[in-house]
Amino acid sequence: MLPASPAIEAAGVSRTFGRRRAVDDVTLSVPAGDCLALFGPNGAGKTTLLRLIAGLLAPSTGTVRVGGRPLRDDADARAQVGLISHQSMLYRALTARENVEFAARLYGVADPRAAAVRALDDMRVLDRADTPVRALSRGLQQRVSIARAIVHAPGVVLLDEPYTGLDAAGGAALTGMLQSLRAARAALLLVTHNVDEGLAVASHAAVMLAGRIVRMADCATLDARTFREEYRALVVNGDGLPTGAPLGLSA
Amino acid sequence: MTGRRTPGVVAAAWLIARKDLAIEFRTRTAFLSALVFAVLALCIFYFTWDQSVVPPADRAPGVLWVVLAFSGLLGLQRSFGVEEHDRGIDALLVSPISREAIYVGKAIGNLVFLFAIQLVAIPALAIFYNLPFGRPLLAVGGIVLLATIGIVAVGTLFSAMAVNTRLAELLLPMLSLPFFVPILMTAAQATTLVFAGRPPAEVWPSLKILIAFDIVFLVACTLAFPYTLEE
Repeated sequence: MLPASPAIEAAGVSRTFGRRRAVDDVTLSVPAGDCLALFGPNGAGKTTLLRLIAGLLAPSTGTVRVGGRPLRDDADARAQVGLISHQSMLYRALTARENVEFAARLYGVADPRAAAVRALDDMRVLDRADTPVRALSRGLQQRVSIARAIVHAPGVVLLDEPYTGLDAAGGAALTGMLQSLRAARAALLLVTHNVDEGLAVASHAAVMLAGRIVRMADCATLDARTFREEYRALVVNGDGLPTGAPLGLSA
Repeated sequence: MTGRRTPGVVAAAWLIARKDLAIEFRTRTAFLSALVFAVLALCIFYFTWDQSVVPPADRAPGVLWVVLAFSGLLGLQRSFGVEEHDRGIDALLVSPISREAIYVGKAIGNLVFLFAIQLVAIPALAIFYNLPFGRPLLAVGGIVLLATIGIVAVGTLFSAMAVNTRLAELLLPMLSLPFFVPILMTAAQATTLVFAGRPPAEVWPSLKILIAFDIVFLVACTLAFPYTLEE
């Protein structure tokens, strides 16, 4: 059970690769039941930040905590995390069911077979459960990958462009899944380019540019239309946040 | 969360080994290439030496260990290759299992893989080089077992290190072979003694050295492994 402290907490996190600073002094927190949508153009450092929070990268400076515990050294904290990434993280020679069941066993789920079937059913891919992953389309692989990430009912879900490759039905299944995870008090960190899909499930929105979070706001008070237009202009221009641009957000 | 109990090191290692073996059983690509390589190498070594100069039985120990070392490298190469394709390794690293469990699981998978190759290669060697089946071959099996543990311990570690590089196929042998040398030398000496019909007391010191190598390499590589996964 995650404690009442923010489920995801990053404090002063930076990460450099050689001389390049990919993530620069980022501080954020996502309480249980909230979803932070992180927007930003290519190369803004979103994926690096997600990998830092997932414990796949060590920060150069700063700390990352999940449920108040350092993720990299704490197996119980890692047991609360589900990760959906650019790559499917699936084994192509195994079937969809075997992949999801393998993940369930890694997390010590009581009945891994039943949990795998449930997760595949939730992502509407149960009819392809016994198909090797290599024979599935990109979209179906993405659905299986999502089923793999949520099979252990995580308290924290980290998502990197999860809508990539999904058709309308897959996208709807994912949105429904994310909403039900939020209802179950899971904390979500969603990295996406798609403003509409991000705002559909987010409670908070943030914009990342050149490794820094430049705006953060509550979606309840967010002017979605203004945000959408100005964010699009920002990405198209690709040269940073224009001076005085409100992005529909408060800093 | 209720109803969850994170597997311990042994249970998690077994899960990973079983998964790796299931993948290899489905694809059989690495196994078949390693096996074909082993049998072809035995043939080539047999036919390229003048049998009137060095009798086949005297060549057999050296040939055996050259073939096992290089066919083993083919298997070790694939060990972390399967994790790299769609970044399955990330799912393992985010999961609650320890990094040591990942190493042990990979090593168990590699051990089974190499044993499967040896199960064909050693009888093939006995047939080609006209070696006696029975007790000498069983004794060689024991030497092979001990040497393979050391080879797998080192090779699994370097496979994890090499897989993220552009020259993985080249880097793995370059890193591993210098560490294989003491194991291969000791194992080849022990094998020569067995094929020469020397008493077990003469072979035993070599076996003790192999056991010492196994323990040192297993402990050192298990401790070093978590650092190889850092980016």
